[in-house]
Amino acid sequence: MSAYTISLLSIVGINVMLAVSLNIISGFCGQISLGHGAFYGAGAYSAALVAVTTRNLPLALIAGALVGSMLGLIVGFASLRVRSDFLAVTTIGINFLFTGFVRKQGWLGGEMGISSIPPSGLGGTGNMVMIELFAAGTIAFSLYVNASWMGFAFRAVAEDEDAAATLAVNAVSYKLVAFALGTAFAGLAGALYAYFTQFINVDAFDFITSVMLMAMVVIGGIGSTFGVAIAAVALTLLPETFRFINEYRLLVFGGLLVLFISLAPGGLASLFHGTRARLRR
Amino acid sequence: MFYVDLAVSGVVFGCMYALMAVGLTLVYGLLRILHIAHAAVFALGAYVTVLVANVSGSILLGFVAAIAMTPLCGIAIYRILYQPLLHYRPDVPMIASIGLLVFMQDGFRILFGEQGVTFVKNPLAIESVDMAGITLTFAQLAVLVVTLLIFVALHLFTTRTRIGVAWRATVSNPRMAASFGVDAIRVRYLNFGIGSALAGVAGGLIALLNNFVDPTIGYVVSYKALAIIVLGGLGSVRGTLVASLFLALVESYGTIFIGSYLNRDAIAFLALILVLMARPQGFTGVRTA
Repeated sequence: MSAYTISLLSIVGINVMLAVSLNIISGFCGQISLGHGAFYGAGAYSAALVAVTTRNLPLALIAGALVGSMLGLIVGFASLRVRSDFLAVTTIGINFLFTGFVRKQGWLGGEMGISSIPPSGLGGTGNMVMIELFAAGTIAFSLYVNASWMGFAFRAVAEDEDAAATLAVNAVSYKLVAFALGTAFAGLAGALYAYFTQFINVDAFDFITSVMLMAMVVIGGIGSTFGVAIAAVALTLLPETFRFINEYRLLVFGGLLVLFISLAPGGLASLFHGTRARLRR
Repeated sequence: MFYVDLAVSGVVFGCMYALMAVGLTLVYGLLRILHIAHAAVFALGAYVTVLVANVSGSILLGFVAAIAMTPLCGIAIYRILYQPLLHYRPDVPMIASIGLLVFMQDGFRILFGEQGVTFVKNPLAIESVDMAGITLTFAQLAVLVVTLLIFVALHLFTTRTRIGVAWRATVSNPRMAASFGVDAIRVRYLNFGIGSALAGVAGGLIALLNNFVDPTIGYVVSYKALAIIVLGGLGSVRGTLVASLFLALVESYGTIFIGSYLNRDAIAFLALILVLMARPQGFTGVRTA
């Protein structure tokens, strides 16, 4: 495998983790979050700091997941106060607060970011394999959650919070759990990203990143683990295949996004189910 | 005097924010869609103003052209993009809207160039007027006067005219309004038309103020205007006006006092989050058009 393929596959794996974890929060539990980039970034920065000081891979990964999850829990508490679109914009705010804060912090490298992150010691291919394993683990976890009682409770909260409450589903704690779980995986993805690039800059975790992740969830089909994972792969590779029309990349990308949602508002998942139902008939 | 100048520039920015955001809050009030492509309509207004002004030699004609073009664009967006998506979860039209913003922004870049466009002749941005010790450029003065006029006109329109009342009725209760014979579809067109025209004017004014338009001009609007309409209570015009001025003043003073810890956008969103934690429904909980 060429170095290019390895790095492309690594990014694909990281984006799959991010999109699937966002789907746990926004898809399963219905809490629209446009600030997933902040948790991703928090994980990357804390892992980078731990990696630089201790040079211990497992410790850095744990730190990334933990810090991402802690920040997620704080935002989860905020989500108890504000609902739906108010929450969506609050999470945008969290993202801008994160990037704006990091840019001004000398100890986090400010605008320059953190360079000289030590290598994981697994080599390029080993690193890639580690990322893919974690991505597969995230998908498996998401499927498990969806099939469990917790997944049922998440869906109840997403459909109608008040109705869920009358069925003795504790909406407050399930929302907090959804945020804590989803953001833990985002933090872990950030830690893996830090080891993958060995150089992090706050631009990688900005609002655009969060919007991109939400686009993956919507295009995949809100709430469908496989749909979202496939959309994450497609949306990561798509801009790469457009390289020959470099000048018009964003134009084509934006146009395709509009076209796809207009033609298939239910996402890949509903396209798939629709075709299967037609074939059965 | 320094603090007064900060207040003045804050109020000018607040007026710009209000003009950008009011169309967004009108759309939200009626359809519950976060219409992010509004930022592209705003950018269209800015480009049309500059280009027509340069060709015709009259800045006023530039504004007229922008006011004519932007409502068509806004209504087309509603009809083609949003109408088929109204029955889906709000994230679906929102992502479609973001896609359209990306598409249009990049379209402007390709059509009009990376560097953007500038006025050939723009005396308003350079010449200034002195009032009670406060120095304002004519462009800043124009922003203040135009915003004031527009909001007074909007108030009169929604309270004194038949169609304005029908509009308000539809926003507060669509079914009840329909049963009284209000055509909901026409109200939606009116809503997108007026909201987009205001965004077009705001775009032209920003071009006048900065004396240039570049392809990234809509980007800031796309998220800042969202913060403003949420702060204002989503769907409330009065709330949006208050929130615009509040946020602009907070930014203005914030960059001086805590600018070494947070940048301008982060300060605005910090204020937003703090207000929302205290008042989750924004400044005004009631919806009025």
